[in-house]
Amino acid sequence: MNGELLTRTFRHGVHPAEHKEQTEDLPLARMPFVDRYVLPLSQHLGAPSVPAVEVGQQVQRGQIIAEPAGFVSTTLHSPVTGVVRALALRRHPAGQMVRCIEIEADAFATQRLDDGRPIDWRALSLDEFIAHVQRAGMVGMGGAAFPTHVKYKLPEGKRCQRLVVNGCECEPYLTCDHRLMIERPEAVVRGMEIVATRLGAGSATIGVEMNKPDAVDALRGVITEGMTIRVVPLKVKYPQGAEKMLIKALFGREVPAGKFPVDLDIVVNNVASMAALADYFDRGQPLIERAITVAGPGVERPANLIVPIGTPVRAVMRYCKLSEDTRQIVMGGPMMGAPLAALDVPVLKGTSGLLAFTNGVISDANEYACVRCGKCLEACGNFLNPSRLARLAQAGRWDELERMHAMDCMECGACTYACPSGVPIVHLIRAAKAAMRDRKARAS
Amino acid sequence: MTRRDPQLLLQAAPFLRRGITTPGLMVDVLLGLSPVVLAAIYFFGLSAIAVMVAATVGAVGTEWLLSPARPRGASLRDGSAILTGVILGLCLPPGMALWMAFLGGVAAIGLGKLVFGGLGQNLFNPALVGRAFLQAAFPTAITTWSEQGTITEFATVRAGNFALPFMQGPVDAVTTATPLGLMKFEGTLTPLNDLLLGNTAGSLGETCSLLIIIGGIFLILRRTMDWRIPAAILLTVAVFSGIVYAIKPDAYPSPLFMLFSGGLLFGAVYMATDPVTSPLTPRGAWIFGLGVGLLVVLIRLWGGLPEGVMYAILLMNAATPLIDRIAQPRAFGRTETGEAMA
Repeated sequence: MNGELLTRTFRHGVHPAEHKEQTEDLPLARMPFVDRYVLPLSQHLGAPSVPAVEVGQQVQRGQIIAEPAGFVSTTLHSPVTGVVRALALRRHPAGQMVRCIEIEADAFATQRLDDGRPIDWRALSLDEFIAHVQRAGMVGMGGAAFPTHVKYKLPEGKRCQRLVVNGCECEPYLTCDHRLMIERPEAVVRGMEIVATRLGAGSATIGVEMNKPDAVDALRGVITEGMTIRVVPLKVKYPQGAEKMLIKALFGREVPAGKFPVDLDIVVNNVASMAALADYFDRGQPLIERAITVAGPGVERPANLIVPIGTPVRAVMRYCKLSEDTRQIVMGGPMMGAPLAALDVPVLKGTSGLLAFTNGVISDANEYACVRCGKCLEACGNFLNPSRLARLAQAGRWDELERMHAMDCMECGACTYACPSGVPIVHLIRAAKAAMRDRKARAS
Repeated sequence: MTRRDPQLLLQAAPFLRRGITTPGLMVDVLLGLSPVVLAAIYFFGLSAIAVMVAATVGAVGTEWLLSPARPRGASLRDGSAILTGVILGLCLPPGMALWMAFLGGVAAIGLGKLVFGGLGQNLFNPALVGRAFLQAAFPTAITTWSEQGTITEFATVRAGNFALPFMQGPVDAVTTATPLGLMKFEGTLTPLNDLLLGNTAGSLGETCSLLIIIGGIFLILRRTMDWRIPAAILLTVAVFSGIVYAIKPDAYPSPLFMLFSGGLLFGAVYMATDPVTSPLTPRGAWIFGLGVGLLVVLIRLWGGLPEGVMYAILLMNAATPLIDRIAQPRAFGRTETGEAMA
């Protein structure tokens, strides 16, 4: 450890077993190309992109295949050289059928991406810079997939005093951000330098949990003098990667309820997004691939893989040898990820991991009565009363849910993790929030 | 060669659980109770076992018979009925008639828990409801205190245990008074040493303060119990009775006597901390403990009864929903009044 006596963190939260040992020492590796890639037009929050190619058309790796449909939308690029085979409905990881572009890879293409010209980002105005980020197809790669350029368009009267980069990777099992920070610290720091400079941020801070001391060292090793970039080690705790918790951990400040980090003049990005931005401005490579962790007791060959966006989960799982007794596949981390119903869905820009669980690992489904033990209150980083919210949600008491700030819930699942009675608390709250949004929409 | 896809299970996140379960918490409390149970057996011999078993059989039997959970007996898996029975047994006198102890168990689960809808729904601590029922029904029996036996008398069962229902049963030859009774009605104080080591008369579980403290520390370290509740109760009793004692030392007992006599420690550690019937929030726990402490001192010093722990806790149980309502934690990013921060 590097002698930080007072390691910072936020209050409350939980500390699940980390399960990172399975993949944390496995270097990032490329998976061989497969024959088909499926790219949903909506992999981000906001309007789905508009296709810019036709069926049968030849496309190059990195070529734009769909344009943004407005400001809160982004660009989509072909992850491979090949032919557009379909513009049709395909299954999204969340279960519904969505419009996708399906590309058949050219088996004879090298799939090498020639380095494009570096973009002189220092010469760009802020608006030009934002346009470039949108053109690069950047979204938040921590899972939420919010278009990155939208974050950089600060509301009137706001400015970016601080850039915060999230290197917590607080979800168990996941190690791809950790590997990225060890193997490509210069790309992460470079991305931070670019964004901090362009947004005029006075300081740039990256928070890294203390279970990754090598990442702290690697990042510090590439920070040269004259940079205003700080690496801050944080105590290991979930959900520290939630941006409001991260800001609390780093600066001790609370983002007001219903507001965003920008209201404290802070912009938060994920480490993977920083490295991807550096790749775009230095080499002209848009967001066409990303690192994911493939792990869990259901994979016989766990790995940290760099895969093209749109790679079918089936192909990844074949490569990593999915074991026969797998009973559950999760896209994302085990705390906030989504269960997959089928293997024929693609890896998205926001996919950080694929986890396979076998029979014995799925948590005991026994549910007991809530005994009001209060473990969920101690887990909740938002200082809500999850026990009460769950009861109100079951009873459909919307006004009381509103009064008890149900809408503040970030759905991190810490309460449910901590619950000794196995009550699906966060699931109940999530459903209640959706119902409350519905009611509000109908009323107006 | 094709392989069938795995049959995938769809559950909602999170996919990990901490691994502590509600039955596990009940087992923890039983472990925390074990020193007290062993002390009761040491001090009162077979009578102690008989009374605790009778109360537990009443509680478990009622849960089995009347709980709406299906299949029948499914609700026994959470372990709470056993716990209620044992705790009820521990707050009864050693010479209690077994059929009364059994009836107490029936009332504890039936009137204390199931009428409210079962575990998690009850307003009052079920064991205390059982005891309050017995206190109302058999006021003499529940205040008849037999003396402790020596270890050689281990197998001697108190005559009162075998009283038949609704008959004038055999009466214990040797009865005595509890330290609180002695204080209230005769004005004599029991030495502190005897209170700590349990060398006094009283309910099965309340005599040896030292072991109760050990059990409590175990539960606090295991984080099974909210330390704030016993801390608030004991602090309030110490401060309040300390003030009274400082004003008139010859008329009132010292705070140390107040802390270590009667059912205060047992109630503060094992009964007031029942999570179902105490406030959920940390602030609520402080308010709840303060209320219990004040009521205990009020009843003991100026009320008609020598002991007030049971009624103090039951009254504060009734106030718990209100306390929970006003003692919510300050939500992240919000002010104390619940408005979003500016």
